[in-house]
Amino acid sequence: MTTGTDGHGGAGAARGFPLAAVRGLALALVSLPGAVVCFVTAVVSIGLIPVGVGVVTTPYVLRGVRAFADLRRVLAAEWGGVRIPRAYRPLPKDANPWGRTFGMLGDPAIWRDLLWLLVDMTAGFVTAVLTAALLAYPLEGLAVAAGLWRVLPDPWWYGFVPVSGQLTALAAGALALALLVAGHFTAVRVLRAHFLLARAVLAPGGSELAERVRVLTETRRDAVDASAAELRRIERDLHDGAQARLVAVGMDLGTVEALIERDPERARELLARARRSSAEALTELRELVRGIHPPVLAERGLGDAVRALALRLPVATEVNVSLPGRADAPVESAAYFAVSEVLANAVKHSGADRIWVDAHHAEGRLRVTVTDNGRGGAVVGAGSGLAGVERRLGTFDGVLAVSSPTGGPTLVTVEIPCALS
Amino acid sequence: MRVVLAEDLFLLRDGLVRLLEAHGFEIAAAVASGPELSRALAEEEPDVAVVDVRLPPTQTDEGLQCALKARRRRPGLPVLVLSQHVEQLYARELLADGAGGVGYLLKDRVFDAEQFTDAVRRVAAGGTAMDPQVIQQLLARRSAEDRPLERLTPREREVLELMAQGRTNAAIASRLVVTERAVAKHTANIFAKLGLEVSDDDNRRVLAVLAYLDHGR
Repeated sequence: MTTGTDGHGGAGAARGFPLAAVRGLALALVSLPGAVVCFVTAVVSIGLIPVGVGVVTTPYVLRGVRAFADLRRVLAAEWGGVRIPRAYRPLPKDANPWGRTFGMLGDPAIWRDLLWLLVDMTAGFVTAVLTAALLAYPLEGLAVAAGLWRVLPDPWWYGFVPVSGQLTALAAGALALALLVAGHFTAVRVLRAHFLLARAVLAPGGSELAERVRVLTETRRDAVDASAAELRRIERDLHDGAQARLVAVGMDLGTVEALIERDPERARELLARARRSSAEALTELRELVRGIHPPVLAERGLGDAVRALALRLPVATEVNVSLPGRADAPVESAAYFAVSEVLANAVKHSGADRIWVDAHHAEGRLRVTVTDNGRGGAVVGAGSGLAGVERRLGTFDGVLAVSSPTGGPTLVTVEIPCALS
Repeated sequence: MRVVLAEDLFLLRDGLVRLLEAHGFEIAAAVASGPELSRALAEEEPDVAVVDVRLPPTQTDEGLQCALKARRRRPGLPVLVLSQHVEQLYARELLADGAGGVGYLLKDRVFDAEQFTDAVRRVAAGGTAMDPQVIQQLLARRSAEDRPLERLTPREREVLELMAQGRTNAAIASRLVVTERAVAKHTANIFAKLGLEVSDDDNRRVLAVLAYLDHGR
């Protein structure tokens, strides 16, 4: 990605030289004080962690540092055509400042920020000033040659030329012209070098691929944990439920066999009990199946499964689905259980008396939004169940976004990249 | 009474055939897939069809779709749909044409042969047989927001539940061990409290109650 200010090519350089110099000046003015202030506050804040104060202040300071680095990322892209990837871990959302502080301190991107502050206040500052000087210094020389030498103390050193009269002033002018020509060819490159330097420090090692690997490792672990926990739950449910009931049925039928001649009355009682037990086992199995993969989802797909779900809610729920096809079964299932959890949350905590569900597919993403007119204040984490949804969606590169201002309304969006068939 | 039966699991199909034959039904065809069911319904002209929701080859709600299609061709064709799970969504689709002759029951209900065959006969005669679970779900939802339902006495609520399942006054009376006159009085009270028009026709009465319970969803 390059912009018009790219240093390659003479015409671009001609236009870019004065602009680059001005930008260099601006960068120099911002980077030194900004980097020093950020670095000092960060070091002080982290130093105060053992005392306790730092635990509260550090997240704010580090977020400030991050904003400062983000500003440079924007400028790098717009002024230098240098894209600096941004790879911060998602901020820990739990309200606990302790967890937030250490969550942030565990992020290598934060440490790269801090290291960059040191680089920026030294080498970064020098490159920025140099860009400005490439224009300013020749201008000074030209001014000296044009007559400024008369009012300056004698001798005035311009570069290696001691200006003391008309002749040396002209020599200084010639040097200034030479420097101007040199600056014309280098200024944009020097400015670009400033941003490349920032990228070298700020960009994650091994770039986006390494970050992707990290995310995949994390989501895969979550997926494996979740499915193992799910299997354990199913095993326990079957073991204590249907399996135990069928054992009871078998025993009762055995007793019936023995009693049928001697005590038909008692045998009939046991038969009735066996029938009740088998009916109960069926009910339990049905609930279990609904928890694993709801039958309507298998039979009709996401749209009708959500409609059927809405019909079971005690809150009036309007469902709007426009899906031209069906997603893969795992995606459908993930989306269904995400929506189901979000709806359960809305019913339990929001106090809403109306819920709207909208599902559609656009730009290669399945997007489901759930809106309620309740009191708001829903957060991911804090045991809301939404954190679990977020983790499960992670396996599919899906995301969960919650907008829930106090006083409502709550809007939860679930998005999963997928194709429909 | 001639029955077309569609159920893909051999054990269940065999059991149902035996159960129905033991209770005096004639099995016109016992099939195991959607296409076979469609053909049997078109060729056999049965008095009633007993159909599993989920059938091969798609293993989706093929049975339900076949039944709905057959009813569009022959309005009021009596269909009793069996399923491992009941959904209001499906119940609503079955009832949508308002023609009656519809049943929707959990497979568990075949455990009680008397009640099951009673339901098959009722549907064949143009009546309704809704699973108690469907009715309970409807009632649970409506109760949360419906004042008239709250004004019913516990006994009236029981009668309403049984009526919504499609049972006649006589059946309700024997179930609750009261006289038919008492049931008639309860139903009149229920209709007055819910603001429904009274009808002598049993089937219309059931459909009105179901429509009331499913209203506004």
